[in-house]
Amino acid sequence: MSTQQPVTPHLVVGVDVGGTFTDLFVLDERDGSARIVKVPSTRGEEARGFMNGVVRVSEGNAPTATTGDAAKAGVAATLATIVHGTTVGTNALLERKVARTGIITTRGFRDVLEMRRRDRPQTWGLRGSFTPVVPRDLRLEVDERVLADGSLHTSVDLAQVRAQTQALLDAGCEAVCVFFINAYANPINEQQAVAAVRAMWPNPYVTSASEVLPEIREFERCSTATLNAALQPVVGSYLAKLEDDLRNQGFSGELLIVQSNGGVMSRETACDVPVRTALSGPAAGVIACAAVARASGFSNVITGDMGGTSFDVSLVAEGEASLAAQTSIEFGLVVRSPMIQIETIGAGGGSIASVDPSGMLQVGPESAGSIPGPVCYGRGNTRPTVTDANVVLGRIAADRPLGGGLLQALDAKAAELAIQTHVATPLGLDMLAAAEAMLTVANAKMAGAIRVVSIERGHDPRQFAYMPFGGGGALHVCAMMREVGVTTGIVPRYPGVTSALGCVMADMRHDAVQTLNKSLLDLDLAQLTARLAHLAEACQKRLDSAGVRFERVQEVVSLDMLYMGQTHTLQVPLNPADISRESIQAAFEKTYAASFGRVLTGMAIRVMNLRYARIGVRPKFDLAVLAPKGTGSSASLGVQRVYHAGQWWDAQRYARLDLPVGAQVAGPAILEQADTTVWLEPSFYARVDTLGNLLVERNAP
Amino acid sequence: MSAHTAAATLDPVTLAVLKGRLEQIADEMDATLYRSAFNPIIAEAHDACHGLYDANTGDTLVQGKSGLPVFVGAMAFAVRAAARVAQERGGMVDGDTWLFNDPYEGGTHANDFKLVRPFFRHGQLFCYLASAAHWHDVGGAVPGNYNPAATECWQEAVQIPPVRIVRQGQLDGDVLAILRANTRLPDSLWGDLNGQLSALELGIKRLDGLLDEYGDAVVLQAMGELRKRALVLMRAHIQNLPDGRYSFEDVLDNDGVKDELLTIALDMTVKGDRLTLDFSRTSLQCAGPVNISRATAVAACYVALKHVFPDVPANAGVLDAVDFVLPDGLVITAERPRPVGGYTETILRMIDVIFSATALADPNRAVAHAYGTINALSIAGHRTDAARKGQRWVMFSFFGGGHGGHSTGDGLSHSNAPISTATIPPLEILEAAYPVRFTEWSLRPNSGGDGTHRGGLGAVYEIELLEESAEAFIFGERGKAAPKGIAGGSNALPNVFSYQHEGQWCQPPMVSKMLGIHLKKGERVRLETPGGGGWGPAANRDTAARAHDVAQGFVSDSNTTSSKVKP
Repeated sequence: MSTQQPVTPHLVVGVDVGGTFTDLFVLDERDGSARIVKVPSTRGEEARGFMNGVVRVSEGNAPTATTGDAAKAGVAATLATIVHGTTVGTNALLERKVARTGIITTRGFRDVLEMRRRDRPQTWGLRGSFTPVVPRDLRLEVDERVLADGSLHTSVDLAQVRAQTQALLDAGCEAVCVFFINAYANPINEQQAVAAVRAMWPNPYVTSASEVLPEIREFERCSTATLNAALQPVVGSYLAKLEDDLRNQGFSGELLIVQSNGGVMSRETACDVPVRTALSGPAAGVIACAAVARASGFSNVITGDMGGTSFDVSLVAEGEASLAAQTSIEFGLVVRSPMIQIETIGAGGGSIASVDPSGMLQVGPESAGSIPGPVCYGRGNTRPTVTDANVVLGRIAADRPLGGGLLQALDAKAAELAIQTHVATPLGLDMLAAAEAMLTVANAKMAGAIRVVSIERGHDPRQFAYMPFGGGGALHVCAMMREVGVTTGIVPRYPGVTSALGCVMADMRHDAVQTLNKSLLDLDLAQLTARLAHLAEACQKRLDSAGVRFERVQEVVSLDMLYMGQTHTLQVPLNPADISRESIQAAFEKTYAASFGRVLTGMAIRVMNLRYARIGVRPKFDLAVLAPKGTGSSASLGVQRVYHAGQWWDAQRYARLDLPVGAQVAGPAILEQADTTVWLEPSFYARVDTLGNLLVERNAP
Repeated sequence: MSAHTAAATLDPVTLAVLKGRLEQIADEMDATLYRSAFNPIIAEAHDACHGLYDANTGDTLVQGKSGLPVFVGAMAFAVRAAARVAQERGGMVDGDTWLFNDPYEGGTHANDFKLVRPFFRHGQLFCYLASAAHWHDVGGAVPGNYNPAATECWQEAVQIPPVRIVRQGQLDGDVLAILRANTRLPDSLWGDLNGQLSALELGIKRLDGLLDEYGDAVVLQAMGELRKRALVLMRAHIQNLPDGRYSFEDVLDNDGVKDELLTIALDMTVKGDRLTLDFSRTSLQCAGPVNISRATAVAACYVALKHVFPDVPANAGVLDAVDFVLPDGLVITAERPRPVGGYTETILRMIDVIFSATALADPNRAVAHAYGTINALSIAGHRTDAARKGQRWVMFSFFGGGHGGHSTGDGLSHSNAPISTATIPPLEILEAAYPVRFTEWSLRPNSGGDGTHRGGLGAVYEIELLEESAEAFIFGERGKAAPKGIAGGSNALPNVFSYQHEGQWCQPPMVSKMLGIHLKKGERVRLETPGGGGWGPAANRDTAARAHDVAQGFVSDSNTTSSKVKP
């Protein structure tokens, strides 16, 4: 390799910063080759772990770089595009390590954020608590009022706005959110106030609630916008530092951020609306699963991401990931913006098993997490976890280094003792039966989550393939197939770096909403068309800001509709080329009938919101680059004893990544790779498809 | 059921799995109704419930997690009532769905329509599925049916005994026509009924699937076993309370007809692993609508016990460890035609006295009183603008307050009532739907009872009329006696309702209940709701917590004790 040529950026790198590891997926655009880099995460200082990963990418890329031009150009000079899934925002919210933030709001409404929707975290017990992200003394009021029909009741008093802005600055606020009642219907007062605040505020961290979310429902809008304001300095400074570090290392390409909706956005957009990063990493994982499954010929797939404390389930139908309208980061921390629908339950490797006084076996939601972790980690936890059960039953070999060298060996004896003491003895079972019972209960919980995401959306989970990812998912793939009745399991080639892969694959996407709240009869169709054009233009501007090449641009338009008098809306697809009252009504009735099995004729119909998404489709790379090359090896590495269904089995051990395309493995078998273990139960078999995925099926009966 | 055979014992693993699967069926039924319901009391406030009920006794086998807690106890009575009537008319038939709103037999109040559908397997009754939901308006003297001046049930609502709304799969158009003729909002009623029928349909499908997968005998055995486990857990909890007799009484402001306090008195006895709840010293049934039926009283006890012992599974087993002493003719065992529309207020008071009595036995177990009233407020009138001239509108909603302090922390501010998991509609949705403007929607300083752990704050809601005229009514409680602290904690502030009339702020003669409030354009009504009671002596409150309360304006700095009234 010549070191005399100037370095042309040619690498597209997906970076997912997780709690334990920072994963990088590296695609070389010159030859279409791909590889993976894993470095430890540096919690609290995520940019450092990120840069460590980038250094490793460059080392692997050009061994001579340190002595050639590349060194002068910096280690990041070969990187053309970096796409980043980040949990910096989510972690900051959970730990309440956000910027000191103020709210300026309509007189009489300073407590909207703290009053929530008059809910409580648990049905039973009445011991809930809630700490708002902005305390009450930083929520200040001004005189102004717009009515629900958009008419101006009281003009905003800008002198008061300036005084309150000064008060917040004096109180040490770094960010501010302006949130006025009914501003979704007419933003004039809020816009004037925001302009006045921006004129005084010493930094760009000023959020206008109706800009972030011009949608009816004051608490949801206020919460979303306030969290956005509080995150701006956190995410903004993180991304600025990252970009600085990258530029200093010669990076001249684009830094893109994954949003909760599964699309990517420019760094600038991410700094404006950091609240859209709430599910950044997990969303990228689902996008990757959708793409991998599609490439393998499965357009309907349910994904299951099993980590240390939780199991996240998502559904991909007809190749598209389901979107949810909002989520709660935790009780009362509501973010309303379209996001990949992810159902989370407390069932992960660290979930603790216990027996209650009535003799009911429970697994989770209490978790030992990754610190101190399962009993077998030997770090002080003595209560048995799902991972402990997997170890004593032989599914995870105790002598295998776990977590990429994090632990050299596992303490199986301690795990056995914990299961004996806390599960076997109270239930009157032997230790192995108790360990199996723990897995059965955990599997049933996970299967329940799969049913929830599929059935609630009107899908039959048995018609879907199941794709486990994350470190723990593949151990339970056969169990999920049995529980849910799925016929095909797909273990992607690199389950542990799925989110990083998704970063590289994700399209650029921008969502927008505008509340209309009109009866279908009164809907002004010309105005609807004009609003559509406006949203299209605003979203296109966001797309343009990234400097990324698209293969094509597509749009998704829908209306939130309901019968007059209902409160829950249905999302009804709208064809922008065919906007008429008749076509809108027909589309609504079709959607309603599909959801509830009937149409209520003669009832008036209301159009609540216009929703718009503009998608810049990025060039796709051929997933076949991930496939195993050459003849590999199908040889067994030996026999591992695994306890299953009440007896010991001799399972063959395989190096999963050595298996060539077309290789077949019959259960019972253990397939090992650095970031996960696949447990293939007896009467299941697996084969490697042309993309390197493991397709798991049951033996014909 | 005898046709199915079961293994001797059910393994704990299958049991744990089936517990989750059965709950999921009820949860899915809940979700189906919420999504399709027309009225916000169901769709937003989740004033509904679904579950599976025993084929022989009607006892609750499984209830959904999101359903209204108070229905768990009441639905068993509803299923029994439907079964009894069906017996007289040829028995339960596959494909029938029974419907009624009789509160004396089925509990709660006449707005709650109970649908009971027998579930047959292999030609035999296996269990019941039932759905209960609060319909927006079912006749009577006032829109929304919270008539504070009612003295007979017919002034509250139309009375529908158990009848078949669906016969062998066919909707009965005659019954539907009668229902539609007896409401101010026929479309809303039809939409809600449809949602309930869909939910039951879905439940049947899911249960069939589960039985096909696991076998009838195993599922039946699991249902029985779950009930047994609830009983075992309850006994263990009761055993942990010191033996003794713990008495506590509290009051209702009045019955809305006669301005006299009504007493809810409890003598609770703990003996070994059994609990006796004796309400004999409670006031006699009254003229106004704060009576409740026996079914509702049992349901109230169930809710209270589930809050005190939240880990016990939600089924009839909870009540198997409890003996009730509920003599006839009390305000909590009222009979037809005594009005029961305001049942929520009375059961909230029953829950309060159970919390207080439990606190006497073990202060760490119980939570101090929550705000203790649902504050049903209705504002209604006719549109006067050209486009909608003469159109009737009814804004009817319940309001929130604070939760009590407890051994582990301060109470939650602005939450929902212990009997419910209802969320409040967004004020922007209310303003978009009705000609009103909220002028205040805020926390109410000083409203939480002081204590080592302070009660959560209540709220202030102030609403201005934008139409020419309207008529309002309020049905609340806790106007005279505030929610109480426990274990030495102070009381909260009481409920205050005010309205403007001829430029003056006025308050109802009967404090928290009033019918026929005439409002003119620009006039306002104002609700200041109670917080929760405090837990533990105020003197033991952490200094930093106290300073924080003042800095945040949760308590005013001039008076850090939110209430002078000691319990």
